[in-house]
Amino acid sequence: MDGEIGRGQSPLRFHRAMNRPALLTAPLLLFLLVTFIAPIGAFLWRGVTDTEVAEVLPRTVAALADWNGQSTPDEAAFAALVADLRAARERDRETGAGSIPRAAARLNADYPGFRGLLPMTTRRIAAPFEGSARDTLLVISEEWRAPETWGAIHRAGGPLSSFHVLTALDLRQDAAGHIAPVPDNQAVFRAVLLRSLWISLTVTACCLLLGWPIAWLIATAQGWKATALLAAVMLPFWISLIVRTAAWMVLLQREGIVNAALEALGVPGTPLPLIMNRFAVVLAMVHILLPFMVLPLVAAFRALDPRLPRAAASLGAAPWRVFLRVTLPLCLPGIGAGCILVFIQALGFYVTPALLGGPNDQMLAWFVGFYATRSVNWGLAAALSMLLLVAVGLCVALYGRLAGFRRPGAA
Amino acid sequence: MARGLLWVAGVLVALFLVAPIVAILPLSFSAGSFLFYPLPGLSLRWYQDFFSSDFWLPTLWNSLIIGSAAAGLATLLGTPAAFGLWRMKGAARAVAMGVVLAPMVVPVIVIAVALLLAFGPIGLVATYTGMIIAHAALGAPFVVVTVLAALEGFDPVQLRAAAACGAGPLRAFFRVCLPQITPGVAAGAVFAFATSLDEVVIALFIAGPAQRTLPRQMFAGLNESISLTTAAASAMLVALSVVLLLVVAWLQGRGKRASG
Repeated sequence: MDGEIGRGQSPLRFHRAMNRPALLTAPLLLFLLVTFIAPIGAFLWRGVTDTEVAEVLPRTVAALADWNGQSTPDEAAFAALVADLRAARERDRETGAGSIPRAAARLNADYPGFRGLLPMTTRRIAAPFEGSARDTLLVISEEWRAPETWGAIHRAGGPLSSFHVLTALDLRQDAAGHIAPVPDNQAVFRAVLLRSLWISLTVTACCLLLGWPIAWLIATAQGWKATALLAAVMLPFWISLIVRTAAWMVLLQREGIVNAALEALGVPGTPLPLIMNRFAVVLAMVHILLPFMVLPLVAAFRALDPRLPRAAASLGAAPWRVFLRVTLPLCLPGIGAGCILVFIQALGFYVTPALLGGPNDQMLAWFVGFYATRSVNWGLAAALSMLLLVAVGLCVALYGRLAGFRRPGAA
Repeated sequence: MARGLLWVAGVLVALFLVAPIVAILPLSFSAGSFLFYPLPGLSLRWYQDFFSSDFWLPTLWNSLIIGSAAAGLATLLGTPAAFGLWRMKGAARAVAMGVVLAPMVVPVIVIAVALLLAFGPIGLVATYTGMIIAHAALGAPFVVVTVLAALEGFDPVQLRAAAACGAGPLRAFFRVCLPQITPGVAAGAVFAFATSLDEVVIALFIAGPAQRTLPRQMFAGLNESISLTTAAASAMLVALSVVLLLVVAWLQGRGKRASG
């Protein structure tokens, strides 16, 4: 009987338990889908696609489909290029759109020289000419003989393209399709990635080193002392990042408070260059991110059963041994969570390095912003964002394994 | 002995955390025009400068308007979502939770650039609406997390009791559940407001001159030359943060009393 009633009720219960709550989350999920997930998806999509060149040179791209990439293409490709450029020139004139400069900019990113070559060629072939397209173009520029010139068009033909991702990894595909590292003097992004990882790692290590003692005291001290230390951690936590960055700028600048103090103490070499360098970036980032380390550490230390290290000590273990064999392993998930929390946020820093760092201290985020706005290379900005998101994603997965996602407050 | 060393280290770290902020605040009251100690005298001229400036004062209003609207929107969307997530189970909950928390993890620069690209064609770049939407997306996870935490102290049996007394689910939520978790909801709204008040990168990319927020204007000020007006702006942001911190502490105290 009971079983039957249970089964009879279960569809209703199922609806109550599943559908209503899902409906309540729907508005927020929909909102985030439209304002967060879809925009990021559309942006990242640009990192694996190419549209600018196919839009202007559709016939050329089609003519190059079966090209071997080794030699100058045949007359058909040249004729297609002439037809494409004439058509695009007409379209640009009618609509006022700059599709040819856009395509030229995209090709220039792959093969320098295109920015001038494409508009110049367009102008020169605008009027009807005698003879073959190939001969005419080769007179206009010898560049059209080089397979690499055509290779750039071929690679940019889209719709899918590995060009931006390869560029973000300092790799390059030649006309024949081989992928190889770019020459060292052109390599940029691997250094940026390594620098971002290195700065984040340094900041994480410093936060752990500085956070440990204060977290331990907050977890173990009694009364007002623990409260005061906790307040010292929570107050900066609440204060705007830009204010804390400004504070360090004021303190560290050439005529700033720190330099004045050092001079008063008679430190040689003052004023020291304390700003616009790696030191200032790391220092301010440690200051900003330290609370994110301290709070998980406090939680981990509070959860630690104090009887366990005491038991180990009473069994004759030396203090360092108690620490390494008992305390550390017990706190490791909390320590890991704090480290990953700090590391993830450090990776995405933009404002602090922009204000306190020099040109060689800018991290991935700065380059994403640079390529999106100042050089309008959305593809590369998207590919760099992918690097950033992959790194963050790996850390989040690791965090999930260490701390678990069950407790919502932990995130 | 070891404990003494630990205290020395702990106090030094606490100083490291607090001293830079404390050090720059008095500068905003300087009568001179250099970011330097000793102060040549005290005055409010930099605050006067702030409040009479066409550059600074509107940005304070923008921050308050965008922050309040974004916090309101985030709370309106986040509170029911948290309630739903609280009742959901299994894979659906995990996926929904992942989506809701994503704005906390994804680097802001990626969000900013993606929104610049998406908002451009639909005319939302350099508008209040665009800024409010973006900041609401950023603040919503904080509302959800805070309300979820408040719901931990709420006994779901009460909902069944309400249903047994004839209240529909909506009525049960508004009359039984919401009054008990109000401090949590309010704290979530404050968190969302604070998130907006702290935000620079999105404002940098999608706000126009008319929507410049206070932190965005500070970024511009710091990029050119640091004036004492910037110090006054910092001091006001600090004061605002302290007020928000106190509000949250008060709300959390109330929340504990409500559930305990």
